[in-house]
Amino acid sequence: MDEQLRHELGRQGIFVTTLEELYNWGRKNSLWPLGFGLACCAIEMIATSMARFDLARFGAEVFRPSPRQADLMIVAGTVTKKMAPQVVRLYNQMAEPKYVIAMGACAISGGPFKQGYNVLKGIDRYLPVDVHIPGCPPRPEALLDAFMALQQKIAQQSLTGEHRPRHLRADVPGEFPVPVFGAHDLQPPSNPQVWSAPQMRRGEGA
Amino acid sequence: METLEQIKARAEAAVPGAILGILLNSSPSAQHSLVVDNEHALAVAGFLRDDPQLRLDYLSNATGVDWLDREVKESNITRQVVDGVERDIEVTSVRVVPGYLEAVYHLYSMELRHGPVILRLRTGNRSDLVQIPSLTPLWRGAEFQEREIYDLYGIQFTGHPDLRRILMWDGFEDHPMRKDYVDPDDFEYEPTPHDEVLERAARHYPTTK
Repeated sequence: MDEQLRHELGRQGIFVTTLEELYNWGRKNSLWPLGFGLACCAIEMIATSMARFDLARFGAEVFRPSPRQADLMIVAGTVTKKMAPQVVRLYNQMAEPKYVIAMGACAISGGPFKQGYNVLKGIDRYLPVDVHIPGCPPRPEALLDAFMALQQKIAQQSLTGEHRPRHLRADVPGEFPVPVFGAHDLQPPSNPQVWSAPQMRRGEGA
Repeated sequence: METLEQIKARAEAAVPGAILGILLNSSPSAQHSLVVDNEHALAVAGFLRDDPQLRLDYLSNATGVDWLDREVKESNITRQVVDGVERDIEVTSVRVVPGYLEAVYHLYSMELRHGPVILRLRTGNRSDLVQIPSLTPLWRGAEFQEREIYDLYGIQFTGHPDLRRILMWDGFEDHPMRKDYVDPDDFEYEPTPHDEVLERAARHYPTTK
């Protein structure tokens, strides 16, 4: 519909929308995060939900203690290799549609602990991450920005056609394989469905 | 508190057969330590805890050290007859000193407000003779720290009530704090490699130059 005409109709007291917009508007304003934190980023996440930064403005203040009731996973902190299978399992237990925010340097790449033998080098090796937030830890403003980015992403999802989201496609599974503890590392070390090392060549110059 | 030499002398008197050594620390802290043989370690530690002049009732810290095998070069000058002339010949031999694992305990006295006395226990080697007695029966606080030493260095503490891995998972086979530990190479994605990481990342990123 023509944006100009819609605006004009709105001024006359006629509200015009599509089912898709209404559906996405409802979804993006009631993102319920899963209440769990892994490290110091969780403190910033908690601060974001409190009065000063007030996550409730975005309809996301209801931190759920059960993955069954949550539709947003904020991976806040260092994911150790011992913890990674549990994080993937929690994600699998969440109902579709579900989203992931990787919060902080550790969750996106391993951060300052990247060279540690026990640290997973980014949760995106096992889970499809929607928004990455850099920072160590990111301030609450950064988390709010990630929320707004995610809301925009949800608002732009079309419910039909080739690019419809995963939860509307029967052929795409919503569960991801849980890595198992191996003798030297997690097996597999990453999920090739969601992650492959970026192809970049060094020494080519700009 | 008495000096380490005095403690050593009294401990040797109290525990017959105990072989004690003093390891000097040349740094400004001058925290010298007591090396105890494994057979009498529990008895010596019990003496340190219960002796009325020492009363080392608090174990503040237990940690591990990995000493690799090292080569020692020795040169001997011998007099030999070469081509009918007597000469000094220098013969260099390389001797390999086997490595060992070490557990270090820092003991204080809460009652008498002194310390620390540092206790070192050593294993026979780094592969199969890795048993040393656990001091958990004397200081309960050693339990988790000995489990951590077991997890990261692979020292087997005999007499420990619950010797399991504490940081890594049960099926893990390596001991990550050992100096010859090779960690899994997951540096496929490395935006800002430097130093050691640069070498590891280079394996994944072929350069055109």
